[in-house]
Amino acid sequence: MRDVFILGSGQTAVGEHWDLSLRQLARTAVSAALTAARPARPQALFVANMLAGQLSGQRQLGALLADYCGLRGIEAIRVEAAGASGGAALRQAYISVASGAVDTALVMGVEKLTDKVGSSVAAALASAADADWEAAHGATQPALAALIMQRYMHEQHLSLQQFAGFSVNAHSNGRTNPNAMFRNNLKAESFASAAMVAEPVNMFDTAPEADGAAALVLGAAHMLAPGAARIRVAASALCTDAFALADRADVLQLRAAQQSVQQAQAQAGCGAADIDLFELHDGFTILAALALEAAGYAQPGNGWQLAHAGKIGLQGEIPISTFGGLKARGNPGGATGVYQAVEVEQQLRGAAGANQVQRARRGMLQGLGGNGATAVTHIFECLN
Amino acid sequence: MEVSRNWRLQSQRYRMEGLRCEQCSTVVFPARAHCPQCAGESFAVIGLRGLGEVYSFTQVHDAPTGFENDAPFFLALVRLDEGPLVTAQLTDVERDTVYIGMPVEMVTRKLREDGERGMLVYGYKFRPLLRQRRPDEAVALPARVRVPAAEVVAA
Repeated sequence: MRDVFILGSGQTAVGEHWDLSLRQLARTAVSAALTAARPARPQALFVANMLAGQLSGQRQLGALLADYCGLRGIEAIRVEAAGASGGAALRQAYISVASGAVDTALVMGVEKLTDKVGSSVAAALASAADADWEAAHGATQPALAALIMQRYMHEQHLSLQQFAGFSVNAHSNGRTNPNAMFRNNLKAESFASAAMVAEPVNMFDTAPEADGAAALVLGAAHMLAPGAARIRVAASALCTDAFALADRADVLQLRAAQQSVQQAQAQAGCGAADIDLFELHDGFTILAALALEAAGYAQPGNGWQLAHAGKIGLQGEIPISTFGGLKARGNPGGATGVYQAVEVEQQLRGAAGANQVQRARRGMLQGLGGNGATAVTHIFECLN
Repeated sequence: MEVSRNWRLQSQRYRMEGLRCEQCSTVVFPARAHCPQCAGESFAVIGLRGLGEVYSFTQVHDAPTGFENDAPFFLALVRLDEGPLVTAQLTDVERDTVYIGMPVEMVTRKLREDGERGMLVYGYKFRPLLRQRRPDEAVALPARVRVPAAEVVAA
């Protein structure tokens, strides 16, 4: 396997884009990424998307978006792994370049969730869960996260308020991200009083579903433009766990996340302490706590203790959600993992502006599908 | 929910039929092709007692399609006496009366409705245990005790 570098990236703002279609969103992000990667042109396109088949009545996104984005003719397919789709597509692009099959690959994530509203969106998102044994009983993603959180709070004797720091940090970072859906501060005092989604998960605990598109061009070393930042994909690992939450060996452990971090760190030849920032899957605060535990930043049951700025803020020990995370940047489903990749790339290039993590050399990103049945972890490093 | 899809799951939805691994005796519900403990592929069909306790729970306010009329409803992970954890709704409970560790028993209830002309899907829910359980209590097994896993895995 040869080294793989990031040649360029692009993103749209995350939000409710009533005026933009799926393909228009995709094209905006792709154009920005191709401009940044010039003169390299992608030989393959991997589209991350979760729900276009259900919500937009549109499949075969590979060919559709290659055609619409001016890349007619190239290899193009869609990759789906629920919330982990973005990371999964990134990994496919990485493998295709690393293997030598192509010299350049484009990974793009796009999701259009706001054309439909209410219970049909909740049902579509719930299709990431087990249709026969979870969703058939009314389980949604927030409900399953709530089952994890309620048990965690029971075992650790915690109140909802003790998770506030995760959302406060996300909003604080989203405030200065022009592409974030929520650019307002969240007061810790208001956190526990928000409307309930599925107790104890409330509106301030859960990430907003939204529209968005992000894209990244990967290439072999000889495709890097002279003088360009040398940002290498140092690791890529995807693992799976028991599909239904009830079948997990331990409901309170993200085994797939833990395994994928261990594999990624072995590939990158680094440990938890060598990571300068971690874009994790904070779709719910409990997932942030469990992801920090799975990645070795806290003992099982202690991840919640990291929920304050000194630990996870931009100047903290392990900065997370540096552009707002899923909670404040927003959660455009299958595109989310590609947003994480674009954000880590910006951090390593020193182009994160007010959100910059100082001396960021190595960044880790992790996507979760269905509360952790799929976990995909990447590590990028800056070689300049 | 399609008629055939629901029909395939009837023994599990209505009778809580589980499997016992013939290699390591692990009890599995719902049916699957490989034992999660030992990867064995040979199982005996057993009737689960439908008794257990609440392992975790939530009250769902934002309901998905088919459950709008039930919101808010209680969803739980129930630890069955035989070992498996099951995702199911709680019924006949009030807010602030549900707790982790609450003894519950299985009942058959309407799970969802697909509009005015669609199917009514029935299946298991759990309610607070109404009576003392007897240690020897077991559900009578159907005549076919051993079937290859492939025939049991309906989904």
